[in-house]
Amino acid sequence: MILPGMSGTAVAAEPAPPAELLPRRRGIELTLIVVAVLLCVYGYCAVGLARNGTVPPGAAGYGAGLGVLALLAHVAVRLRAPYADPLLLPIAVLLNGLGLVLIYRLDLETPADQAAPIQLIWSTLGVAFFIGVVLFLRDHRVLQRYTYVSVVGALALLVLPIFFPAVNGARIWIRIAGFSIQPGEFAKVLLAVFFAGYLAANRNALAYSGRQIWRFRRLQLPTGRVLGPIVAIWLLSVVVLVLERDLGTSLLFFGLFVILLYVATGRTGWTAIGLLLACAGAVAVGRLEPHVHSRVQDWLDPFASITAGQGPNQLTQSLFAFAAGGMLGTGLGLGHSILIGFAAKSDFILATAGEELGLIGLSAIFLLYGLLVERGYRAGLALRDPFGRLLAIGLASIVALQVFVIAGGVTGLIPLTGMAMPFLAQGGSSVVTNWIIVALLIRISDSARGQYDGTPAP
Amino acid sequence: MTKYIRRAIGLCAVLLVALLVNAARVQVVQAPSYDRNPANRRLAIARYGQPRGDIVVDGRTVTGSRDTGEQLRYERTYRDGPLYAPVTGFASQLYGATLLEGTEDGVLSGADPMLDPFPLLNGLTRARNPGGRVVTTLNAAAQRAAYEGLGPRRGAVAAIEPSTGRILALVSTPSYDPALLSGTGPAVSEAWARLNGQADKPMLNRAIRQTYPPGSTFKVLTSAAALDSGVVDDVDAPTTSPNPYRLPGTTSRLTNEIEGCENASLRYAFTWSCNTVFAKLGVDVGLDDMTRTAANFGFNDRKLRIPFSVAPSNFDLRLDKAQLALSSIGQFDTRATPLQMAMISAAVAGDGSVRTPYLVERTTARGGRTLATTGPRTLHQAMTASTARRMRELMTDVVEKGTGTVAAIPGAIVGGKTGTAQHGIGNSGTPYAWFISWARAEDSMEPAVAVAVVVEDAAADRGDVTGGGFAGPIARAVMEAVLGS
Repeated sequence: MILPGMSGTAVAAEPAPPAELLPRRRGIELTLIVVAVLLCVYGYCAVGLARNGTVPPGAAGYGAGLGVLALLAHVAVRLRAPYADPLLLPIAVLLNGLGLVLIYRLDLETPADQAAPIQLIWSTLGVAFFIGVVLFLRDHRVLQRYTYVSVVGALALLVLPIFFPAVNGARIWIRIAGFSIQPGEFAKVLLAVFFAGYLAANRNALAYSGRQIWRFRRLQLPTGRVLGPIVAIWLLSVVVLVLERDLGTSLLFFGLFVILLYVATGRTGWTAIGLLLACAGAVAVGRLEPHVHSRVQDWLDPFASITAGQGPNQLTQSLFAFAAGGMLGTGLGLGHSILIGFAAKSDFILATAGEELGLIGLSAIFLLYGLLVERGYRAGLALRDPFGRLLAIGLASIVALQVFVIAGGVTGLIPLTGMAMPFLAQGGSSVVTNWIIVALLIRISDSARGQYDGTPAP
Repeated sequence: MTKYIRRAIGLCAVLLVALLVNAARVQVVQAPSYDRNPANRRLAIARYGQPRGDIVVDGRTVTGSRDTGEQLRYERTYRDGPLYAPVTGFASQLYGATLLEGTEDGVLSGADPMLDPFPLLNGLTRARNPGGRVVTTLNAAAQRAAYEGLGPRRGAVAAIEPSTGRILALVSTPSYDPALLSGTGPAVSEAWARLNGQADKPMLNRAIRQTYPPGSTFKVLTSAAALDSGVVDDVDAPTTSPNPYRLPGTTSRLTNEIEGCENASLRYAFTWSCNTVFAKLGVDVGLDDMTRTAANFGFNDRKLRIPFSVAPSNFDLRLDKAQLALSSIGQFDTRATPLQMAMISAAVAGDGSVRTPYLVERTTARGGRTLATTGPRTLHQAMTASTARRMRELMTDVVEKGTGTVAAIPGAIVGGKTGTAQHGIGNSGTPYAWFISWARAEDSMEPAVAVAVVVEDAAADRGDVTGGGFAGPIARAVMEAVLGS
């Protein structure tokens, strides 16, 4: 962003008070938040009207709760990040609120398992974290100092669940005081910080040194001293995840690693190697690991279990749900996505959206995610410090990859791997993590537009 | 770095487009085939999500729907289930639907596109219409008379209005309550297993799906063939019929259970049911004319629908003379459903033509708008009108002074024919007792009803008189019910 009066100088020599030059756009944010909250309350009422013909008794409380959370977040942004991108917070509020509506709607089918109130508690916690980050993290560059602390923390979080019993075949949960926590979700943010910090510090060494492999300098490998630690840490995280049998997350880490490496160094050859490695890994895991193998088989032929007389499997049920929605959807509360059974409220939450809101609603949700990611990338583009840029790209990419992996999985585009749809799906750790991600993006976008004045990191 | 960030944005855009295109593929392009997939439970949920349309007999519904509050919400209920089961069939959430519930399912479930008040609009909103009604031709009094007449015995009754082909009664015993099969629980699968395992097959619709040797009732057809082909001109002239009759090409001798059959006239032979006379008449008429007449009455017809399918009655097309002789008295491989025999009786009672029997008077939308009506249709001219008139004389004689006096009704002209059919290996089985008849009120021009009754376990060991004694009163009760209504 080149400001008028700065004559295109890359680094302003003296701090210019941008407050008077740039619109803060907090009014737009507030308007959009009000719209988002009203949309969610409307959806909540629509469920009750469709099911019982009456507005559900909790509608006012739900609307007030969501509204208060959104307003608190907004006030925090107003106080400490006045130049932040005005779209990020409303999108997060809308997605989180819509997720609560969908979970509440599915709770009606499972009277014994009420997930929406717990999800509301987690959302509150998520917003608290959001406010905490916005209030107390005054400059994102502080995080660069904790590059190696982050990686240690991430690995610790990844290793932690190995000491707890496996749930549904995956060893990714720990249970504390009745709450299930997925430490791997938090590890995503820490790994993004680590990758960004490490690559920002070493990107020149990575990009311009090392052995030349192809004669025409097409492919150049950096020295082992530079690349070694990062590959080792990445390998370790993947190994841990394969041991925990959570392949969605390891796919996410891999994608994050490749994207950040590419953005930091601009080495297309590495990206190619990364993709080749990914394919080789996918084929190997698909062959060797029975759990994954069956997922690939389901993806290749979703109707095999029906032909075999075993009835539709989860993926087929998910496809049936999307198909039943058609163009306009059945309307909130009127679909039968509960037929998916296990994980209908978490991994398969998108099927409920697809069935009840139709292709139109589903496309709108995809575009909301697209907008969220785009705003993250924009913040990265506008920044000048490499660490901030890489961190913004990394955080936005986490959201993008996560959406693609799980949305593509439940719609039959790619083999299904369990993962939470950001903000929408049931799952406390995921919601909290995503609020932290949005908070960091708000902080970065605020720096990018407003406060970035060339002062060194505190 | 900016360039690479822009490329990464491009990659995300590609992923987003891939998701959108794939969503459109699933939700729009593939959706119709997914929606129709039999494993997709939404089909059943939508189907049972509204009350099923009703089946109407004589202005009263004989079916209903019960809101279970479960995932498959509405379950079928039946008023007088066992009485109407041979007509309604069952509508089960587990085992599908049969008979009228099956063939009229589109109207009853609301899926039939004819139910759309605004076809184009409904195509867009994919809304489901409320189930329509199926109005039957049944006469409730006749149905009940037949059902109560059969009582605990195994058997079947079919009654037709001769001038139109409307089916007035269709009864099969033992029957079952189709409501037992409506739902989905374990009780339903237990009932299903029990009903299917029972030796007396309560779910078998004997009136249309079971063929029996028709025995002497088949002599109506043989007489008609003899009169139509000119083998017999005068029903009172003596025939040349030896007694006993040696079956051509064999040493087997056919005898009678009554006197006076040697060279008896057609009238005497019909009234007293002389086997020898009709066996020889069949041979004299010849295979070609016999098979043609049988076909014209509806035998060997695999396509008859009323609207559900009827088992074809059988008259062999390739027979030697001895077999033809036996076939002509309703034995050997000759087999007929009770409905088929009622059709023969109805052709005689009318003008000699066989009307296509039908059960559904009309179908309507729930608001009463008529969707479709069925009218009388002639299947074949089975015999000339004059032959039909002479056959009526013969059948009337049977009731007035022959084997069928038990069926006489004061104030009505009644024609009938008794039958006792041997079956089993060496004719060891308990003979089936038959009675076919028709009735016309004396003050009416049109015959009111034609009926066929078969009783499987009548223990009729002494020929036609006892056979008529078992089945005749049931036929009379049915005819009285129709005449009285």
